[in-house]
Amino acid sequence: MADRESMQVDVVVVGAGPAGLSAAIRLKQNALKSGNDVSIVVLEKAAEIGGHILSGAVIDPVGLNELVPDWQQKGAPLATQVTSDRFRYFTSSRAFDFPTPLLPKLFSNHGCYIASLGDLCRWLGDEAEALGVDVFPGFAATELLVDDMNVVKGVVTGDMGRDRNGEETSGFTPGMELHARYTLIAEGARGSLAKKAIARYRLDREADPQKFGLGIKEIWQVAPENHREGHVEHILGWPLDDATGGGGFVYHAAGNQVIVGHVTHLNYTNPHLSPFDEFQRFKTHPEMRKLLEGGQRIAFGARAMTSGGWQSVPELAFPGGALIGCSAGFMNLPRIKGSHTAILSGMRTADLFSAALLDGRGNDVIEDAKNKVLAGALHDELHPVRNAKPLLSSFGTIAGTVLTGIDLWLQQLLKFSPFGTMHHKHADNDTLHLARNSTEILYPKPDGVLTFDRASSVYLANIGHDENQPVHLKLADASVPIRHNLPQYDEPARFYCPAGVYEVVKDASGMPSFRINAANCVHCKTCDIKDPAQNITWTPPEGGSGPNYRGM
Amino acid sequence: MKILVPVKRVVDHKVNVRVRADGSGVETGNVKMSMNPFDEIAVEEAVRMREAGTCDELVVVSIGPKQAEDTLRTALALGADKAILIESDERVEPLAVAKLLKELAAREAPDLVLLGKQAIDDDAAQTGPMLSALLDWPISSFAAKIEAKDDALEVIEEADNGREVVTLPLPAIVTVDLQLNQPRNVSLPSVIKAKQKPLERLAAADFGVDLAPRLEILATRAPDPRPEGKRVGSVDELLAALRSHAGLLEGEAR
Repeated sequence: MADRESMQVDVVVVGAGPAGLSAAIRLKQNALKSGNDVSIVVLEKAAEIGGHILSGAVIDPVGLNELVPDWQQKGAPLATQVTSDRFRYFTSSRAFDFPTPLLPKLFSNHGCYIASLGDLCRWLGDEAEALGVDVFPGFAATELLVDDMNVVKGVVTGDMGRDRNGEETSGFTPGMELHARYTLIAEGARGSLAKKAIARYRLDREADPQKFGLGIKEIWQVAPENHREGHVEHILGWPLDDATGGGGFVYHAAGNQVIVGHVTHLNYTNPHLSPFDEFQRFKTHPEMRKLLEGGQRIAFGARAMTSGGWQSVPELAFPGGALIGCSAGFMNLPRIKGSHTAILSGMRTADLFSAALLDGRGNDVIEDAKNKVLAGALHDELHPVRNAKPLLSSFGTIAGTVLTGIDLWLQQLLKFSPFGTMHHKHADNDTLHLARNSTEILYPKPDGVLTFDRASSVYLANIGHDENQPVHLKLADASVPIRHNLPQYDEPARFYCPAGVYEVVKDASGMPSFRINAANCVHCKTCDIKDPAQNITWTPPEGGSGPNYRGM
Repeated sequence: MKILVPVKRVVDHKVNVRVRADGSGVETGNVKMSMNPFDEIAVEEAVRMREAGTCDELVVVSIGPKQAEDTLRTALALGADKAILIESDERVEPLAVAKLLKELAAREAPDLVLLGKQAIDDDAAQTGPMLSALLDWPISSFAAKIEAKDDALEVIEEADNGREVVTLPLPAIVTVDLQLNQPRNVSLPSVIKAKQKPLERLAAADFGVDLAPRLEILATRAPDPRPEGKRVGSVDELLAALRSHAGLLEGEAR
């Protein structure tokens, strides 16, 4: 194998999302203030910054206000302010509004913006580069460099130009080693290096199991008479049953565009459930049908989100670096917002590392990082809502929402929670019932107008993926899907994957086999999270592979 | 030999092109852009000639908005020595591009202008031939193989009836086709080095050439969606189905 080149920097950041870019910007700002020269490299696996970012998004500008106070003058892409807000409950044919006066104030989206988090990241990327940060899209960090003392010394970018069997082709280009005093992992929910770091340093030993949701989103160009710029709706209920967590959202952005999406909490129990089809079904509700009638779908994407909250935040610092953003998990579940907390976590962590760099330190553990990052604004954001997810899991959507409301009111008024701190009992891979104890779900056939199949949806994610590269979805044991998952759980991968990556195909004699269509992958990470056997590991494919989202 | 490679910033080939809601053109507002794939092949070929020693200087040029700098950085990362951005925010047609390139050729004095046979956005395939006429230099189009021979080039070009082998004296123009090569993967070290390479910025307006478009775009429409296919049971059924469609099997009917 050709020798890898290497480069020494002060900080390498893995992932150019809101957390990674905010950390990079903050590190540079701090360095300018202290007159300390700090070299920072940000690696991004998408072909361009924002290309793999997918979020609702109604963005609370509180993080950006702190990071780039003059963002409005500088033209940050937060243009559409929320003007009206609705919180609704769907039955299969009707819609009810939760009375606004009864909602705790954090449910209000007043002062927030309907925006594309991907666009915001591209803008933050320009800000970072203007400060002297080197941002390299198209390069995935695939390995942590760990020395004999079990200290992270940086990362390695992936090789390019290997064929399906891993052999070097004529286009082979070896990866590069980035040696850094500190490594910040900002890969978002269920990052592949974050997963390794959490396991290696047992960062989650004192935390509850992490919880996740799968968000699926489409952008629609709708008829002007159906469009109300600045209008926001959050919807609970149908098509999910009361025991399954999740809900839909509708955001009216500029230019007659409406963002429509649906989240399914990944602690669902029926192995036949398909979050993709639940979302398609959601759009057939009379209210949604009315909105989308005559419109055209122009974009599609999916991404898992970290939703365990306060109880599930792992230890952040490891020898030589830290986790930031959704790689650790700072989403506020009842607000379904995590980008502002990602920005804040990046900034707070950056402050700790700036101080360490100034002291000439490197490749060591930042003391008490979790407590320091989770103080102040992040504490006030996450601590009061800590029981929302456990209440929903234990009592179902309706009772759980009411109890969450009561809990939040009591905390808002009396600074007291009758529930104390409730705990997450199970990891999401541990919640499926056996197939034989679960009802099969018959989803309606897509009509090609309002509802679609996976193939035509994935087409709108603009995926680029060289098929002649090693399969990036690794099975620890290739026999498990057919030998274990199929008889026990009807192999749920083909249902939970929103992109049609996994199939069970039968040959002429009826023998089933497991097929992985890796080129369909939208990098949502759900398989890595939900596989009941924990047999699938998501790894980054060649840099630049995957969706090419814009405006998502 | 000094080589000049013009590169165009176009909508990325992986993106689903969408006509704007008002029909005024193709949506380019919030769409991923990248280097025209044929131009990338031209850059790759020039880099290979640079590595083989037949080329001693490789200059890339792009005509377009400021963001075309990203396209030029990609070309520098592939191995070009120097980049020139001729900035213009207006729509420039192939003739205007050819005129600008003619002026640039006078300044840079390349021995070879190597460019993609066409850009994947307008598919015009005109810039190379127009530049050849303006400069009065020989041209070979749709090159599938290029070999440097002393002061000449031997080019195998794709033709309708097979392949033709032509020899061109220098200076010359060659437009490249898909079969010529497979562009390399850009490595991170080369991207880092590309940041330090020179990138000169010029304004299209300063060239003193008439850039006004000669064409007016009346409307842009998406093609009609393809009607759903139908499965037939036999050849006779197939023939009947074809006959029942206007225009199909018309020759036979006459």
